[in-house]
Amino acid sequence: MFLRLLWTHQKKRYNMDTRKDKFPHGIPGHNLSEIEREIPIEEPPAWPINKELKVIGKRVTRIDAHDKVTGKAKFTSDMKLPGMLYAKMLRSNVPHAEITGIDISKAKSLPGVHAIHLIENAPKEGEENKGSKYPMVKYAGQPLGGVAAESLEIAKDAIKLIEVNYQRKPFVIDMEKAMEIGAPIVFDVPIEQQADGGDVGEVHDGSKGKGNVRGPSTSSFFGGPRGDLAKGFEEAEVVVENTYRTQVHTHMPLETHGVVVDWKTDVMTVYASTQNTANVRNEMASIFNLPKSKVRVVCEYMGGGFGAKHSAGSYGPMAANLAKKTGRPVWLMLDRKEEHIAEGNRPSSIQYLKIGAKKDGTLTGIQQRSHGTAGVGLGAGVGRIAQVLYPCPNFATEQYDVLTNAGPGAAWRAPGNVQGAFGLEQAIDELAEKLNKDPLEYRDLIDKSEVRKVERQRGAALFNWSRRQPAGSGKGVVRKGLGVGQSTWPRFVTLDSSVEVKIHNDGGVEVRSSVQDIGTGTKTILAQVVAEEMGLQVKDIKVNIGDTFFPVGPGSGGSVVTGSITPPTRNATFEAKKELLKLVAKKWETDSSELFIKDGQVGHKNDAKLNMSFKEATKLMRTSQISKTASRSDDYGGFQQPWGLAFGDLGSVQFAEVSVNTDTGFVKVDKIVAAHSCGRPLNTGQLESQINGGVIQGVSYALYENRVIDKATGHMVNANVDQYKVPFSMEIPEIETLIVEEYSARSSTDAYGIGEPANIATAAAIANAVYNAIGVRIYEIPITPSSILKALKKVS
Amino acid sequence: MENKKQKGESKPTKGISRRSFIRGAGLSTAGSVLMTTNAFALDYKEQLVTGKEFGPDAMTIKMKVNGITKSLSVEPRTTLASALRDHLELTGTKVVCDRGSCSACTVYLDGEPVNSCMLSVLDVGEKKVTTIEGIAKNGELHPVQQAFIEHDASQCGYCTPGMVMSCVHLVDNNPAPDLEDVKKATRGNLCRCGTYPHVFKATLDASKKTI
Repeated sequence: MFLRLLWTHQKKRYNMDTRKDKFPHGIPGHNLSEIEREIPIEEPPAWPINKELKVIGKRVTRIDAHDKVTGKAKFTSDMKLPGMLYAKMLRSNVPHAEITGIDISKAKSLPGVHAIHLIENAPKEGEENKGSKYPMVKYAGQPLGGVAAESLEIAKDAIKLIEVNYQRKPFVIDMEKAMEIGAPIVFDVPIEQQADGGDVGEVHDGSKGKGNVRGPSTSSFFGGPRGDLAKGFEEAEVVVENTYRTQVHTHMPLETHGVVVDWKTDVMTVYASTQNTANVRNEMASIFNLPKSKVRVVCEYMGGGFGAKHSAGSYGPMAANLAKKTGRPVWLMLDRKEEHIAEGNRPSSIQYLKIGAKKDGTLTGIQQRSHGTAGVGLGAGVGRIAQVLYPCPNFATEQYDVLTNAGPGAAWRAPGNVQGAFGLEQAIDELAEKLNKDPLEYRDLIDKSEVRKVERQRGAALFNWSRRQPAGSGKGVVRKGLGVGQSTWPRFVTLDSSVEVKIHNDGGVEVRSSVQDIGTGTKTILAQVVAEEMGLQVKDIKVNIGDTFFPVGPGSGGSVVTGSITPPTRNATFEAKKELLKLVAKKWETDSSELFIKDGQVGHKNDAKLNMSFKEATKLMRTSQISKTASRSDDYGGFQQPWGLAFGDLGSVQFAEVSVNTDTGFVKVDKIVAAHSCGRPLNTGQLESQINGGVIQGVSYALYENRVIDKATGHMVNANVDQYKVPFSMEIPEIETLIVEEYSARSSTDAYGIGEPANIATAAAIANAVYNAIGVRIYEIPITPSSILKALKKVS
Repeated sequence: MENKKQKGESKPTKGISRRSFIRGAGLSTAGSVLMTTNAFALDYKEQLVTGKEFGPDAMTIKMKVNGITKSLSVEPRTTLASALRDHLELTGTKVVCDRGSCSACTVYLDGEPVNSCMLSVLDVGEKKVTTIEGIAKNGELHPVQQAFIEHDASQCGYCTPGMVMSCVHLVDNNPAPDLEDVKKATRGNLCRCGTYPHVFKATLDASKKTI
C-alpha cells in the first residue's frame, strides 16, 4: 500500500525562491561538520544539534501518560454511544468451499437481534463461482457476514444459530505441499495484493507464476539484479550456501482490530483502532460512495497495530452496513481468536542464500531465492536487506509468494526485512568464520555505513564484545554465547503529510492533524516540536490528532511518521509565530525579524527593555486565532528516488548474549545491546521504549512465536494468548539502548522514526549468539529446546 | 519474602471460576445459571448441582466498586470484567484474551488481584472491587502511577491499567521489592509493545518513594 501512497505523490519541483543555510551534518563525537544547503526561502532557519536545544532530544514525559496510567484513556473498544448495538462477525469454519446456502431464519428471530448482513459475492473475471450468491471460502475464519444485537452475548448466540452449507473443496495449508504439482489450487485467477499486505514500497505481482506459486519479484526500489552472478561466484574463494527457514507469526496487538460506526444523515463517523485514519476514511468513502468530507475517522488512543491496522478491513464496512440497516451506532471489535486467524501475520520464508567472497573478505556475489506464504494474500518476500546492507557488485534475488488456504499476511514491523536479516546476518557470520575474521571486524571491512561503524564501536564497548570466545569452546551444561546482527531501513517520507498549527488569542496553542499516535509517542513529539519553535513549554501545547476532520497526515507504517509530520509541524509553527511577531513588531514600531520568543516571553534582539509575555502578545490578534497549515516539503538536497525516499539509511547494530542449556535445550537471552540511529533523536525516553519493544518482539520471533494450523482441518490451533507463546516479564532480557545522533540536513527537523529498525536485527543476533554458545548453527526459527537438542544430536 | 502475596498465586480460590461456571451453565437452559447458593454467598461447592436457578433474564445486583455501592442489572452469565466495562462504564479494565492468560483485566477483590474476565459477577458478593479508576485517591496518583509516567512505562497503553494494578499491589505489600520480585508480580501481564524494562524501572523507583 505504501508503494501506491508514495507513487501517488510524485515529487514536484517547487518553482520558488531559495536561500542558502548552514546545517549540522554528521555524527557528534565522530565526524560532525556543517553543510550548506539551498532550501526554499520560507523554510525555518537550521536547528543546531540537540545539545543546544531546550525541548528537542530530551526525555520529555509522554503527554497522554496520565490518562493511560489512570484508565481514563478511551480506546475504540471502550466507546459507548447512546443506542449503540454490538456486532459479531460470521466466519467460515472450513478452509476451502463453495457456499450453497446460508440460513439466517433462526438467528433473525432471536430476541435482541436487530440486523444481519451477509457479504455478497463480487467475483472477478474468470473466477470459479461467478454465479454464486456468496463468495468462495478460501480459509477457515474468512468473514461471511455479521449480526448486530442488543448485547455482544446475544450477537454471539445469533451467530451460532446461522447455518452455512458448504460444498467443500480440497485445501492446502503446508507451503511446501502447496508448491507441488497437483496440489489443491487456492486461486485459479490472478490476485492483487491486499491493502495491508506486503512490504513498504513493494508490490508483489500475483498475476505471474504457476499454480500456487506466484512471482518472482526480482527487484525493489533500489533496482534489480546487479552485475554477473556466475562471474562473481567464479571469482569467489570462499562460499557460504545455506537455506534458512522462518515461521509465520501473528501481530496480536492487545486491542484487536475493530470500529464503532455512527452513521448520521450528514456524516459517517468511524471510531477506528487504526494506524491510518486517512486510509480508513478513503476506503469507507469509496465503498459507500460518499465524499471524503462526509466520512470522519477518529482514533484518539490505539491499542497496538505493528503493521496490520492500515485498512478498514471487512469489519469496517460490516459495521457500517449494520449501522445503515439499524439506524443505530454499531460496535464491532474482533475477539482474540479472530485477530489471530484473520487479521494479519508475518509470512513464513524458506530462503536459499549463497554468498561468495575473496580471501581478503571482498564480497563477489550474493544470490537469494525465497518462497514464503502469506496465506490467501501476497507480500511474502524477504525484503531488500541482502540487496543493500553490504555493497556487492553481483547480486540477484528471486522472491516467490506461495498461496495457501490460511489467513492473509499483513505488513509486520519491517516487513520482509526481519526474515531476510535472519538469513543474511547468519551467512555473513559464517563467512567471517571461514575467513578467520571476528564477525565485527569483518563487518567493518564490508559495511560502508558510517553510522553503523560508530554503532559497532560504541556498542561493542558497552557490550564488552572482546570477552567473546570461539564458537562452541564453552564447557559445562549451560553455555554462554555472544552474537551480533545488523540492519538497515530506508528513510521513508510521505509527502502527503499536513498539519495545522493554531495560536488562540488567549495564549493557547494547538496542533491538528489526522496522524495518529499508536503508542509510539507521536502526540508528545509534536508538542515538543511546537514548543521548541514557539519558545514555550510542552505543557502549553494541545495536540489534537487522529481525526480526519483535520489536515491529512501519514499512516503509521514504514517508520515514516516522524520524518514526514515533524517538518511541516515545525514549519507551520514557524509561520504562525512570524505572524504573531509581526503584530508585536507593529506595536513596538520595529521589524519583526528582530524579535524572538524564549521561555514564553517575546523579546527584542537589540533592546532588552522591550518585553512582553506570549499570552499578552496573542491579545494583539484581530481574529480569534492565527492558523497556519503546512505540508511536508521536499527533502533538502532532493530525494534518492523520485517518489519520496530520502537519502541514507537508518542503521542499527544489535548484540546478543545468550545462555544455552545443553541438557534441556533451553535458550535464555541474557542481554541485548541495541545501537540505533534515527537522524535527530526527538525524545530519548520514547525512543528507548520503542527500541525495547522491537528487541522484545525480536526475542519472541527468534525463540517463541509460531502460528500452528492443523493440516487436517485448516484451523489454527493456538489462536489465543495461553498457547500462542510470547515473552512475558520472566523472559525479558536486560536491554541497553544506545542512540547515535546523526545529522543529515534533510528537513527542518532532520528527525526520523525508529519503530521498524528496532525489530530487524534481533533474531539474527540471537541465532549468531546461539551458534557461538554451542558451536552448531540453527537455520530455523523459532529456536526451540527441541531444535537445540536436535542440533546437538541429543535427540533425533 | 515469605509472606509476600504475588499475582500468580492470588487467583480466586473461592467462588466460581469461569470454567466451572460454564460447566454448570451447560446443565441448564442457554444463558441461565444454576447457582448452588444465593448470588451473594461465596462458599460455592462444585460437586453440588442442586440449587437456585438464575436467568436467562437480567437480574439486579449490588456491588461495591471503588468505595461506592452500585446497583446494576446483569444477565447471570455476565463476567465481572463485562459488568465493569459494559454496565458501569469503567473501561480502564481491559479484556484482551478473555480467558485469564494476559492480566489486562486485573482488578482487586478485597485488595487481592484477580482476573475479572474469569469471574462471574454474581460471585463478587460483598467483596470490595477496586479497579484502575480507584487507584488514584482524590486526584493524587499512586507512586507507581507517577513512576510509570516518569519512566515512560506505557506505549500503546492498553496493558497499562492491568500492569499498574499488579505493580501497585506489589509495592503496597512488599516494602523493598527487587527486580525479581517485580518480574514475578507482572509475570501474568502481557505487553505486546514490549514496555517491560520501563515497567521494572518505574516499579522499583516507586517502591523507594513509598517507604
